[in-house]
Amino acid sequence: MQNTPQRAVNWSRIVKESLVAGLIALVLFFELVGVRVVDNPGGLGLRSRWLWLLIAVVATAVGRLLLAWRREILNNRPVADLGLTASDSGKSDSRIQIFTRYVAPLLIAFALTLPMMPFANRYIVDIATLVLTYVMLGWGLNIVVGLAGLLDLGYVAFYAVGAYSYALLSTQLGWSFWVSLPLAGLLAASFGILLGFPVLRLRGDYLAIVTLGFGEIVRIILLNWYTFTNGPDGISGIPRPSFFGLPFKRHVPEGTDSFSSFFGLDYSSMHRIIFLYYLILLLALLTNFFTLRIRRLPIGRAWEALREDEIASRSLGINPTNTKLSGFAIGAMFAGFAGSFFATRQGFVSPESFTFIESAVILSIVVLGGMGSQIGVVLAAVLLIGGTEMFRSLADFRMLAFGALMVAIMVWKPRGLLSNREPTVRLADHPEEPSPDLVAEQKS
Amino acid sequence: MNGTPEDQPVLLQVEHLTMKFGGLTAIDDVSFTAKAGEITAIIGPNGAGKTTIFNCLTGFYSPTYGRLGLHHSDSEFLLERMEGFRITQQAHVARTFQNIRLFGAMSVLENLIVAQHNVLMRASKLSFAGLLGMKGYRQAEKEAINKARYWLQRTGLLEYADQDAANLPYGAQRRLEIARAMCTRPALLCLDEPAAGLNPKESSELNALLNYIKNEHQVGLLLIEHDMSVVMEISDHIVVLDYGRKISDGTPVMVANDPVVIRAYLGEDEDSQLPQKIAEDLPGVRQDA
Repeated sequence: MQNTPQRAVNWSRIVKESLVAGLIALVLFFELVGVRVVDNPGGLGLRSRWLWLLIAVVATAVGRLLLAWRREILNNRPVADLGLTASDSGKSDSRIQIFTRYVAPLLIAFALTLPMMPFANRYIVDIATLVLTYVMLGWGLNIVVGLAGLLDLGYVAFYAVGAYSYALLSTQLGWSFWVSLPLAGLLAASFGILLGFPVLRLRGDYLAIVTLGFGEIVRIILLNWYTFTNGPDGISGIPRPSFFGLPFKRHVPEGTDSFSSFFGLDYSSMHRIIFLYYLILLLALLTNFFTLRIRRLPIGRAWEALREDEIASRSLGINPTNTKLSGFAIGAMFAGFAGSFFATRQGFVSPESFTFIESAVILSIVVLGGMGSQIGVVLAAVLLIGGTEMFRSLADFRMLAFGALMVAIMVWKPRGLLSNREPTVRLADHPEEPSPDLVAEQKS
Repeated sequence: MNGTPEDQPVLLQVEHLTMKFGGLTAIDDVSFTAKAGEITAIIGPNGAGKTTIFNCLTGFYSPTYGRLGLHHSDSEFLLERMEGFRITQQAHVARTFQNIRLFGAMSVLENLIVAQHNVLMRASKLSFAGLLGMKGYRQAEKEAINKARYWLQRTGLLEYADQDAANLPYGAQRRLEIARAMCTRPALLCLDEPAAGLNPKESSELNALLNYIKNEHQVGLLLIEHDMSVVMEISDHIVVLDYGRKISDGTPVMVANDPVVIRAYLGEDEDSQLPQKIAEDLPGVRQDA
């Protein structure tokens, strides 16, 4: 059919496309970039910035031109050159598998040794702690969204429940971190069940709206129940965690030891930072281990079956109520653990930390990472959380960079960074017990 | 076909089943029985209420009135009073769907393991023993895999075991759905148009599979089917519905020669053609009868 492999590039179409793109950019950027409201002594005034507008429009048009040109060149390549054979997707799947197999241990080794690295300063370890918090939250939400397929836009509510549980238990009752941690998880899990009941029959968009509302309800209660939560003032003076009872302090009462004096070290504020880092690393790895394990159990498979087809799973005798509620509860439990960690790390909690944008960021991490992919969550968290930290110098444009990054990932990898799914069990790994004469035959 | 119908115990007893949707009566006072180790076919023109009966039996609808008694392992289950998933869990009724419903992103083997959810859930002690990797659970999982392997061999799907279910050819998907239903250890298996979209070779393989299930596993099969070659060849007993009413009930030969059935299928005038045509399709049934 195609005797001439090199068709001429259709320049008129390309130019037309880039002109249209420039026109759209002109309309859009006229208000956004072209004019700016300024404070004049006599009131507000407008200042035009035509040069900026010109730059924006030209940049858009040229960018579109280059894109269209690249596309034309790709389209004109003979079919064989495209490399789009049937095995292509299979090849990329196996590449991801290899990637996962070798990169995961490397990442864990790197995470374990990070605080000892020469470049590790307080700032780096702090950021790494923040990233790990989001990795843990992402892994927790991955159970609900990635495995059970229940779109949850109010996940931060469980994070808040965990944080306030520890804050209140420690400041009011004087309970230590290690006692409060499981309790905070249990409380968050029971809130998960509380949310689960009304949404049992909902799916997709409707479920998303109700969970979003739930997240806001929790935040607004925290904001308004002044006598219990101290309202917008938050709870301060939350005890910092101790190393098996040894506090990270320079000065301790006579007769007791601090972490540094017990180990004969010079006091350094880094000790606590590094301890917090290892604490969240431990919690995150626990979440990961739990998820990998439960995926291979009947309950995990039932979650995935429910995600794939609820009617079919019901016809196989799976109790949809219990299965969904357990998904919500377990996902919420890990958010509760992460929340306790957040409270002890900050020493202060207030409703401001648990706004909808937090839920959105956690969900973006799961979606960008590739639903259900554990290592994808890590990559997405590093990109999104670490990335926005690095863009801090961009000041006002930070959220723009955040958005651009998300758009770029979605264009480049619409199903997330790593979106392949490994079967939880393979028949190939469970060979039939060979019969005795077959074994004898092989020996001879 | 082993033995005469009288040998087999009654498995399912449907009495005065009625299902109304608002003013529409989809099923009107239908009663019939199905026996263990037999294939009972429910046939009828489109919209006769066949799938509605299945949905009542498997708990997707709760009937307006009527009684659905299932008798096996020395107990009686009243299906109309049970929650959907308990019908499979406790009364051991399994079904397939008219438009195939597989867990597409999961592997073929996983589809069959999910079907053994309740057995494995008990073995994993609600996941606690499973999380700790205890021996009892590992053993139960091994047995589940062996059971899955057995049904994969039976349905000729062994080579597909580790592939995603969604990537299977159409006929294989149909067989996988039957294998998945069998993995729930059913006493009654309800098949909603299992031969739809199959070619003649696949269709005859399906007949062999259904006969195997019936004879070797003593399962009662309830079958909705439009393909008369399947229905007439393998069923022991046929129930004919039209506009939600039962119009005929009996052996294939009896039903094929019933003037009421012929009228329902072909209308009043052309009724002379059908008995002959069906009779040509039916040498096997003739001999048995």
